[in-house]
Amino acid sequence: MSTQSAETKPALSVRNAYKVFGRRGKEAVKLLENGKTRDEIESLGTAAVIDATFDVKPGEIFVVMGLSGSGKSTLIRMLNGLLPMTAGHVEIHGADIAKTSKKKLRQTRQNNVSMVFQHFALLPHRTVRDNAAYALEVQGVSPRERTKRAEASLDMVGLGGLGDKFPDELSGGMKQRVGLARALTADTDILLMDEAFSALDPLIRREMQEQLVALQADLGKTIVFITHDLNEAMFLGDRVAVMRDGRIVQIGTPDDILTHPADDYVEKFVQDVDRTRVLTAGGVMEKPRAVVNLSGGPKNAQRLLKELQLSAAFVVDRQQKLQGVITDREVTKLIEAGSETLDPAVLGFAYPVGEEVPLADLFGRSVESPVPLAVVDDDGRLVGAIPRVTLLAALGNVPSSTTGIDVVGGDAATGDGTDNSTGEENTR
Amino acid sequence: MTDFRIPLADWVDAFLAWLETTFAGLFDAIRTGFLGAYDGLEGLLQLPPFWVVILVFMAIAFWAKGWKMALFVALGFTLVYGVDQWDNTMSTLSLVLVATFVAVAISIPLGIWAAKSDRVSTIVRPIMDFFQTMPAMVYLIPALAIFRVGVVPGIVATIIFAMVPGVRLTELGIRGVDKEVVEAGHAFGAAPGRILRQIQLPLAMPTIIAGINQIIMLALSMVVIAGMVGAGGLGGDVVASLNRIDPGFGFEAGISVVVLAIFLDRVTQGFAASTKRK
Repeated sequence: MSTQSAETKPALSVRNAYKVFGRRGKEAVKLLENGKTRDEIESLGTAAVIDATFDVKPGEIFVVMGLSGSGKSTLIRMLNGLLPMTAGHVEIHGADIAKTSKKKLRQTRQNNVSMVFQHFALLPHRTVRDNAAYALEVQGVSPRERTKRAEASLDMVGLGGLGDKFPDELSGGMKQRVGLARALTADTDILLMDEAFSALDPLIRREMQEQLVALQADLGKTIVFITHDLNEAMFLGDRVAVMRDGRIVQIGTPDDILTHPADDYVEKFVQDVDRTRVLTAGGVMEKPRAVVNLSGGPKNAQRLLKELQLSAAFVVDRQQKLQGVITDREVTKLIEAGSETLDPAVLGFAYPVGEEVPLADLFGRSVESPVPLAVVDDDGRLVGAIPRVTLLAALGNVPSSTTGIDVVGGDAATGDGTDNSTGEENTR
Repeated sequence: MTDFRIPLADWVDAFLAWLETTFAGLFDAIRTGFLGAYDGLEGLLQLPPFWVVILVFMAIAFWAKGWKMALFVALGFTLVYGVDQWDNTMSTLSLVLVATFVAVAISIPLGIWAAKSDRVSTIVRPIMDFFQTMPAMVYLIPALAIFRVGVVPGIVATIIFAMVPGVRLTELGIRGVDKEVVEAGHAFGAAPGRILRQIQLPLAMPTIIAGINQIIMLALSMVVIAGMVGAGGLGGDVVASLNRIDPGFGFEAGISVVVLAIFLDRVTQGFAASTKRK
């Protein structure tokens, strides 16, 4: 299922993990392995997780998404041994959670895996600081050292100076920050987050998601994040696993899952995602068709525009770096003036955007721009174009086809792969 | 049909006789221990003048509940002294305290064990039902047989009768601790003992103290019954007034029980509230 490359060693690796609640779990696993369904083995026990296999790479946010009852909360508890698995293996740094002694398991939890809970699970009779320091207290770190490190984590999550408060004096969002600080203080490389933001108000939730992404970029933690919220999964996940009835039905990048859902279930699931937050400019862009070289001269440009029946084209230099946009009017003027080159002074603004920019941020610019939005890479090279129609099509989840788009308007330069050769020919 | 008779009484008697001979040493030790604790405590309470004791009670009441309770304590115990029940009240208080101490020492660990293990819980629960529904007086009979007349059978019967809510509420309290918080303890690698000490017991404390409060109240209610086997104290006077059909005398002893009960109840409740606040 997972397309794990061999060269990076996974931080966490799950192999054929099963969890069946009930006394006859082992029997149930045998039957499930032989292809029986969850309903068929119901008399033996409740199969919460069936044959889960995946790797989590170091430093990635791996999201497990599913509706309630899909087994995702059970799955995350198998990763740190809170729930013993019925069959299968979970390896953290090469140590199999399923086989270690209780003492070893406690050590793994202290040193390698910490957890953030849906309902915060703070100790209500302790101050925020003591909560944040809890993991270190368990580890036997001296009070001075742990206070110092707890304060540092609290600063990191934006709760500096609130160490003396008690949890019930804080709002939900602040409580979960304490929960996050507690996990960060433990300084484990793996962070399990069980519906960590689900109990929060939407606005606070968004804030926390953004903060988590920022923290992750700074600290490089490996995060397994459980959620039932598709938008959250798509926003946070480097990769997303979709669970249904105890099985993982698809693992892939958010773009993957949106654009190539593995089955009807996933497709239905992703229907109401807020695509503008998930899809990026790089994900929806098309090959730019109307491209002329700066050195190609006005005659060349005129020929291309005529051929494509367009009124404007992108202008690039020899390194393919975007220089601007030239309109048919300017081209005609240049020819009348007898100019041999496209003068940079006459070029219009091209509205370039980066590949990583989410769709949500493109609308304003798209409306202002008379030409398709130019997509450039980090070096400023033109890599794609997004006409307004493509933008709209991406939102509506309609496959954006190029047929008929050419006639939409004089300033819409669109094209698919086959047109590319034409473009190159014309700019030669 | 008339021949059908299960000789349950014979079995119970035989069992008791066996108990008595097999554990004679143990019972002697228990008897000596309880008697020593009771005498010691009673002596301590009777040693200073009554108003010193009242002042101490007032201080406890003030600390637990505030000045209104302290005022009640002053008036209530002055009344007790005024109706000449002071010595009896101190004897009864000693009996209640010793019985409560032992009942708490048994019931809280048992409750913890029952909370940790479903199997223990299913065994303990019917035993507790049995203890609670069996008429309290019935305990007195074997206790009397084993420990002889005096205050000790009263204490033993009181312990058995009163420990039930301690077990139940301790189990309830610990099972009622937010599952996720306990999970958090596990998730950060805490050992079970640490989780019990730092998470489960502190969070269950209000419920456990409610259990201790119930133990004290039940112990007080047993006092009168214990009076029948010569435990003395207020119970002895109630039993005496019943025999003489002397309602006035009975009321004096009865009102003293009430004063003592309110004092003990409010003080433990105040303590429960103070642990809840944190």
